[in-house]
Amino acid sequence: MALKTPLYDRHAELGARLVDFGGWDMPLNYGSQIEEHHAVRRTAGVFDVSHMRVVDIDGAESQAFLKRLLANDVGRLTRPGQALYSCMLNERAGVVDDLIVYRRSVGYRLVVNAGTADADVEWMVLQGTPFAVRLRERRDLAILAVQGPEALATTDLLFGDAAGDVRELGGFESAESPDGEAWFCARTGYTGEDGFELILPSSDVVATWNRLLEAGVRPCGLGARDTLRLEAGMNLYGQDMTAETSPLESGLAWTVAMGTDRAFIGRGALERQLAEGLRYGQVGLLLEAPGVLRSHMIVKTSNGDGEITSGSYAPTLGRSIALARVPVSCADDVAVDVRGKLLAARVVRPPFVRRGRIQINL
Amino acid sequence: MSSHVPDDLLYTASHEWVRLNSDGTCTVGITDHAQHALGDIVYVDPPAAGRDVSAGDACAVVESVKAASDVYSPVAGTIIAGNTDLSSASEKLSADPYVEGWLFRLQPSDVTALQGLLTPAAYRDSLVACGD
Repeated sequence: MALKTPLYDRHAELGARLVDFGGWDMPLNYGSQIEEHHAVRRTAGVFDVSHMRVVDIDGAESQAFLKRLLANDVGRLTRPGQALYSCMLNERAGVVDDLIVYRRSVGYRLVVNAGTADADVEWMVLQGTPFAVRLRERRDLAILAVQGPEALATTDLLFGDAAGDVRELGGFESAESPDGEAWFCARTGYTGEDGFELILPSSDVVATWNRLLEAGVRPCGLGARDTLRLEAGMNLYGQDMTAETSPLESGLAWTVAMGTDRAFIGRGALERQLAEGLRYGQVGLLLEAPGVLRSHMIVKTSNGDGEITSGSYAPTLGRSIALARVPVSCADDVAVDVRGKLLAARVVRPPFVRRGRIQINL
Repeated sequence: MSSHVPDDLLYTASHEWVRLNSDGTCTVGITDHAQHALGDIVYVDPPAAGRDVSAGDACAVVESVKAASDVYSPVAGTIIAGNTDLSSASEKLSADPYVEGWLFRLQPSDVTALQGLLTPAAYRDSLVACGD
């Protein structure tokens, strides 16, 4: 039986097309995925992402544990309220999951993907055994992502006296209610637009959702979330990186902190990969012909074959784009096998779109 | 969600519609139900004229944001035209699937093969059976 977020009935009332996502019944769209996409680029939209799992970590050795568990270095979080994007690797340096870790006044908060959450927690518990830490899965919490150039305009409505504090947050910074439970808000997102992600008790999320919709914020489904993140050049776990792929060959080298001698899980395998030389790298692709790029399509390059990891129609561009894993140092002109036809595509540097503006030459 | 099923057309179980024209040719498209199920349509690749097809051959592609879907020839014959207007205006298919959104015209090799297609009533029943 599929899992349902506390907003399930609201999604159904709004006419959402519901699909299975990581074992959850989630809204794909509420009518038009493309209109929802444009709403986030031009005004504001809200996504129910309560299927993602919050894991709170505290205890005397929390920092030491996370320095071992994560490929990015939580030592970079020098004060409470700062956040970091990181991969969690296995010993072979495959990606177990990607996540955001927030430093709080006491301990850390991690938000992980829904489809991998159970395996993630199992991995964390196993790796945490030697450390004095406590892990708490917070299934009592819901998450909303409010995204778009007008997203911050809703803060007065949602945060009352604390609205100013939320508006003043820099990118990847968070604030929370005095009790640490009523709300937790971070200037993060998965769309390439301004906005915030709000973690709150499940019992409060319907009222908050309704208030946002009454204020004119458009409900948006996972369909628009996918095209928005692709235009923003952001990876999707399970497609653009998996337990079988290296972060260094998935466009995630910037998230792997190797600068110190920190002994994190997967480091040995990454050092071997670097010593042997990387064979693939991630690039963006722009299709030069009519058609739509899709994941798993083969990319023919001057240096051999690559593969599209995420591809779609990009509503902001009116063109098809993709993220692909291709042989290093290949020429910018490539061809993609689109349903048996070789179509011309061009290597471009993501992001494709950021803060409403197109970042590549069309 | 109830979708429009015109009374003057024939249908397939894979959600194509077929209009028998007075000159003996057929016009083919996808049904209102199919375009709703696909969601926002962003690209259409109609077949080239002159191609010989068998019944059930994939001969056009309709792509929504989420996925590509094949459109099958309802009967055997020769493609006499593809609706190339849709290549640059795929939204016409969503707006008007039965007139402006036609996908291709076909000269059937045996017009009696059309008798094997679904009547409007039978197609409507099939939609009810699958919960439309």
